[in-house]
Amino acid sequence: MTIDRPGFNDPVTEAQSCFRLVLQAMSRPGSIVTLGQTVAAPPLAPATASVLLTLVDAEVTLWLDDSLAASWDWLAFHAGVVRATQTERAAFLCATSLPPLERLNPGTDADPESGATVILQVPALDGGPRRTIYGPGLEAPLTIAPQGLPANFVKQWQRNHERFPRGVDLLLCAGNAVCALPRSLRIGEG
Amino acid sequence: MPNTDITKRRQSWMATLARSDRQAIEERLSEAVPLPGHTRLRGPEAGLVMVRGRAGGSGAPFNLGEMTVTRCSVRNEQGRIGHAYIAGRDGRKAELAAALDAALQDPDFGTLLEERVITPLASALAEADTKVAAEADATRVDFFTLATMRS
Repeated sequence: MTIDRPGFNDPVTEAQSCFRLVLQAMSRPGSIVTLGQTVAAPPLAPATASVLLTLVDAEVTLWLDDSLAASWDWLAFHAGVVRATQTERAAFLCATSLPPLERLNPGTDADPESGATVILQVPALDGGPRRTIYGPGLEAPLTIAPQGLPANFVKQWQRNHERFPRGVDLLLCAGNAVCALPRSLRIGEG
Repeated sequence: MPNTDITKRRQSWMATLARSDRQAIEERLSEAVPLPGHTRLRGPEAGLVMVRGRAGGSGAPFNLGEMTVTRCSVRNEQGRIGHAYIAGRDGRKAELAAALDAALQDPDFGTLLEERVITPLASALAEADTKVAAEADATRVDFFTLATMRS
């Protein structure tokens, strides 16, 4: 794909409302938040494309996996994003299969906010293997069942959670909906 | 852009469009052929750019000042993409210039447009430049003394 698809119609307000919804998803982990206006830019799903246009700009680095590499021109044109060649250095990573979490930048104890954010495009946010999540933002444990996560996800996540406040945040995108799994969560099988 | 010839021509018509008035472009266009429809890809949106200069064309670069620039990118019905960066805040002019940039890239239709729109606009700009240069030339001061002293 080249640049021949529009971005947001009204970049400022649409990016702001998308940001507000991502914030809502982050503060209520596991909840499925449907984005209002989205952007069509295959191979990126509408939610993935909108979240990327909202979160990345010329001041951050982004890494894309090979399945989404066709979107580079479009992202560079609309977001002016800087390409990261190594997963270890990227501030944002966008992929269709989860890169190994322990190899990503977890930030430092002094600057935990510099930890990477993974935007994972999955087939669906339900109908997959059931996992129980609990932690800040959840009154009671919640069951989620996103598809497209690796088999050893719970183990990987445990290691990610153990290094808190350092760690990696995960945003799952499917269709025009997002579901956030911040590093503060604990995740168990079943 | 694989062809350098088209790149040069494109640079020249983009420069002409950036410097011409919207009314002048619209007038020329109304006498030519109608443009194909287009959709906006980005903008029109206004922003600031830093204009840099060099004293005498060879000194160290310095920041002359910021200027307002409006940019727009469109894709027309033929699938061609046009870009425009113009001085000022006239979004309609930026969109029109981008649509023209897209249409001008068409091999047949573009030549006709170039003849009827760009060439007259370019000569009007050149004429205006000549007039200003002539006005400035009338008040030219030659520093003979300084030149003599230096040599």
